[in-house]
Parts: sequence; structure tokens; C-alpha cells
Amino acid sequence: MSTVNKNSVYGILAEVRNPKELIDIARLVNKNGYKKYDTFSPFPIHGIDKAMNLQKSKLGWIVFSHGLIGFTGAIAMIYFMMVYDYPLNISGKPFMNIPAWIPVIFELTILLSAFGAVFGMFFLNGLPKLNHPLFTSENFKKATDDGFFICIEADDPQFDREKVEKLLKDAGATNIETVHED
Amino acid sequence: MSKTYEYVPEPALVKGDHDFSSITSLVTDINMRPTPKGWYVAFTIANILLLILLVSIGYLIWEGTGIWGLNTPANWGWAIINFVWWVGIGHAGTLISAILFLFRQNWRTAINRFAEAMTIFAVMCAGIFPAIHVGRIWVIYWVFPLPNQMAMWPNFESPLLWDVFAVSTYFTVSLLFWYVGLVPDLATIRDKIKSKFGKIAYGIGALGWRGSNRHWWNYEKSYMILAGLATPLVLSVHTIVSFDFAVSIIPGWHTTIFPPYFVAGAVFSGFAMVLTLMIICRKIYGLEEIMTDDHIEKMNIIVLVTGSMVGFAYIMEFFIAWYGQVEYEKAIFIIRATGPYAWAYWIMIVCNVVSPQFFWSKKLRRNVTFTFIISIVVNIGMWFERFVITVTSLSTDFMPSSWGYYSPTMWDVLTYVGTFGLFFSSFLLFLRFLPMVAVAELKGAMPQADPHNYDEKGEYNPPKVEIPEPRKDNLDR
Repeated sequence: MSTVNKNSVYGILAEVRNPKELIDIARLVNKNGYKKYDTFSPFPIHGIDKAMNLQKSKLGWIVFSHGLIGFTGAIAMIYFMMVYDYPLNISGKPFMNIPAWIPVIFELTILLSAFGAVFGMFFLNGLPKLNHPLFTSENFKKATDDGFFICIEADDPQFDREKVEKLLKDAGATNIETVHED
Repeated sequence: MSKTYEYVPEPALVKGDHDFSSITSLVTDINMRPTPKGWYVAFTIANILLLILLVSIGYLIWEGTGIWGLNTPANWGWAIINFVWWVGIGHAGTLISAILFLFRQNWRTAINRFAEAMTIFAVMCAGIFPAIHVGRIWVIYWVFPLPNQMAMWPNFESPLLWDVFAVSTYFTVSLLFWYVGLVPDLATIRDKIKSKFGKIAYGIGALGWRGSNRHWWNYEKSYMILAGLATPLVLSVHTIVSFDFAVSIIPGWHTTIFPPYFVAGAVFSGFAMVLTLMIICRKIYGLEEIMTDDHIEKMNIIVLVTGSMVGFAYIMEFFIAWYGQVEYEKAIFIIRATGPYAWAYWIMIVCNVVSPQFFWSKKLRRNVTFTFIISIVVNIGMWFERFVITVTSLSTDFMPSSWGYYSPTMWDVLTYVGTFGLFFSSFLLFLRFLPMVAVAELKGAMPQADPHNYDEKGEYNPPKVEIPEPRKDNLDR
């Protein structure tokens, strides 16, 4: 997003009545070739990923790599402490007593994976974010209660204000408003 | 033999005529209304108990663990009993939020936030005991692999160290899971609340969440992965807690049944605690349409199942003690049931094995008052289970000359009572300031959220329950 002066347009926001209409309008907007648009709902909607043609989330890879770091890191740490740096003879058992290391290795793998899952998700979503142009819309407050919204952003190469408004209006959306950069 | 079939449709998750907006109001208005007077009363009592905890801990650190009733050979007493009890209670929260999520049990949405909060506060209470019982709390950092003046590392082959990692990982992951679930709901309150300060406070918590479906897409994936991680985690935590006992060679502890038996017991006591808290809160806050009698019935079935598993484990312990033909093992189980602590043993049996069996009756499963009583009885029973395991095995060990009778002191009791202060102070703050039902998840589980329940014109068309006719050829078999 480029830095813009105060009155430049962020996008066109429109409201629909329910999850079904949101899926329909998302499918329509997607078919019309728009790329920079987003839909908003108080809860995740089953099947909207197909309507919006969303790519598979990359989160799995983030979690996997974190889990791998936790796993190898735990083994390396315990090996260093129990075998290399300060070997302790415990009941004459071998220093490389791997079965007894499993609980800690397991816990650290889970811990790092969970960090990956949570912080990776926020990273992919670009959160935390201090403000967003959509928050200037009073009506948009319903998006976390019972409102279903679609916003076509001005950054989209096909963006044309009148065309977009007509498209949304013909699809049955209401409360069409232009959102400005804050 | 003839059979008749009856199709029982799944009861609606939310009772009453609710839409999305009324559900939001029902839950979040609790946080936005002025604080009720009763809350202050409850909070004051909880704070007094919390003060008792702080005083007992302060005196313990000043004077040393001698103020407790511990004595050789009973070197573990109420501290470990309370630790295991509180951790066990926590397990229900993770079971509800993670395992029931993986099994697509949508009824969990009414109680998961609530139960997860209980988990976090219960694990906080549990964590206090191993931390303070070490004697020299100022060197507690020795349990972590941090460089120290002795140039030594903790022993990674000790179950007590496994416990450090298990419980701290469990607390961290539960907290993250809880927070991820909270973010959309904090955004809901941010958008509804009037006060300027509230807007800022909830706004910071909500991290700028705006309900984007591109975000939900990653969010749902994250939630599923977290559930998948928390499931083996919760099973591992109580397994490792049971290793504290099972890896030693004390008779009555050194058994392979301990991990599954402890996990079942943990879920058993945890569900009982969720029921206790839920029955009070849904009454006070008028949430009977979200936390319905159907929820209570389902939870009672889990209490019945896990209670029976615990009962089975008690029987198996006796069987294996006899079958194993180890004299000490046989003796300890006879002492448990007939010796100086027989009173505790039979309290445990009555509370844990007998009391949940009432839930075979559908009528009693749906009886709120009866459930409330049983839920408290179960938690008393589960405390006594840990008492019996810890104290009988230690106070009557291999050498009869060192046998004795273990009794707690006033400070044991006060520390335990004090942890309720910590638990309820935290829980009351949670009830006051955070949405106690996962609003976004609950809305997502309502029939109105399913796009298939709308006709072509976009009008809501509630799903009709189709009752399949039983096949004729099956009827007279």
C-alpha cells in the first residue's frame, strides 16, 4: 500500500444480509476478475475459501519448521548438557540415555510448534495492526457482531469506482460506501 | 426378536429464538454492564483467601518446609496432593477446547472459553506447590537449564524435571490457545463498548482484528493445528505427572497403569469442576439458553465414562498387586483398604466409583441440583485419591520401624484453602472483563451460519430434521 494523501480512496465497502449472500457476492466479484478485495464476517464461513479462491494457508509449513527447531534444539541442548558439558553417571546408565530424554524433547517440540502456530498466524494476517481505513466506517462495526461485508480495494488494477458500485448494487448489496484512507 | 428404532435428532445448541446479534448481546453485555454488587462481595471473599495464601507462602519461605506436616518417610504431603489435584482439574479445559474440537463436537462452543479459563487458573494454582516446596525458593531457577554458579545442569533423566517442562509448556500453550480464541471476541467488545478507556483496552487485546475472511482462513488453520498440538500435550502432561510416582520404586506407585489412570482421573475431576462453575455462572448471568441442560447431560456422560475408568483402574491395581506376587505391593494395598488410612480410601471409593454411577439414569443426568452435588463430591473424591496414593505408600514403607501416621498442620490446610483464593480471584476477574462464552465460535456453530440453510433468494430456511423410516426388513429380525 502506497502512502497517500488524506482523501484518497481505500476502497468500496458494501453490506449483505447473511453468509449465503456473502459467498454469492464473493464468487461474483472473484469471477469478474478482481484480485484485491476481502470479505468480512463475525465468524469463519464454510465454503468461502472456494468462492474467494483462497490459496492453501502457508501456516502448516511455519508450524512444521518451528516444530523441527524445537525437536532438534531439544536434542542438541540435552546432548550438550548431559553428555558433553557435564556428564553425570546416573545409576551406571549410558550418558546417551535417549529414552529418558523423550519427555523433554516432546514438550519442547510442542511448545515451539505452538509458538509457530500462534505467532505465524498473526504474522500471516499482518496483525497486530494499530489502525485500518475500514475502522473509519461506522457501519463496519457490525462486522464483529452480525454484519457481513465485502470491500473492493482501490489498489486493484481494475478498480473503477462507478463500475464497482454498480456491480455491488446489482448483486443486491446495501449500504455501499466509499472508505477513505485515514 | 423385534426391534423398534427411534431417531433422536441432535438437540439445538442454542435454545430460544436467537439471532447473531442477540447472542452477542447476551454474552458481551455482561462485560459492559456496571459491575454487580454481588461480584464485589465474591471478589472480597476471594481476596481474603488470596491473602491467606500469600501469608502462608511468606511464612513457609521464612521458616522452611518444617511448618508442614512432612516427616521421614512421608516427605511428600499435601503439596504434591494439591499440585496433582489442581493440574488434573485443568485438563478438562484442554479436553473441551482441543479434543472435542477435533471430534467436531459443536456443543463445546458454549463452554470452551469458560473451561479454558479454568484450566489456566487451575494450572497457576498447581504450579505454586512444586515451586514453594523446594525449601530454598531463591534458587528455584536451578530447575531450568540456565547457567549457574555450580556450572551444573538439571538432570534431564529425572521425572521431576520432566514435570517442570510439561507443566510450563502446558501453561504456555493453554494460554496461547485461549488468547487466540479470545481475539475475535475482544474485537466484538471493542466495537460495541462505549467508554473510551474500554475501547483502548479491548482494542489492544484485539490486535486490530477486523473479521476478514482472508484472516479467518489462517485463523482456522491455526486453531486446528493448536488443537492437534494440545491433544497429545494434555495427555502427556498428566502422564508425566504420574511418572513422578510411577518411575520410583515405592510400592503402590511403581505401576504401569498410572499414566492412563491419571489421565482418566484428571478428565473426571476437571469435568466435575467445569460443571460446578458452570451451574453457578449460568444461573447468575442468565446464560441458560447457551449452556443448556443438554450440555449438562453430555458432560455428565463424560463424568460417568471417566469415573468408571477410574473405578476400573482401582480394581486393576488390586488385581495386579495380587497377581504380581510382590509382598510389599500386596501389603500396601491391604493397608490402603484396611489400615490407618482406610477412612480416606473408602471416602475415595464412595465419591469416585459409586457417585458417578447415578448418571446411568437420564433423569438424574438432567437434574441440575443433583449434578451440582455430584460434581462437588467427585472433586472431594479425587482429592482423596491423590491423598491415598501419596500418603499410604509413604507412611508405611519397606521398614515397619519407620512407619508413622502423617497428619497435616494448620499451614498445609491454609495454603490449600488459599489457592482457592487465587483461583476465584482470577476467575471473577475473567467473568467480569472477558466474554465467558466464545461468541464467534458459538455463532459459527448456529444453523444460521451455514450458507446451505438459505434459499436462492437469500432467505433463511431452517433445516428440517428428516426422520428416516426404519427399514422394514430390519424390523423383524
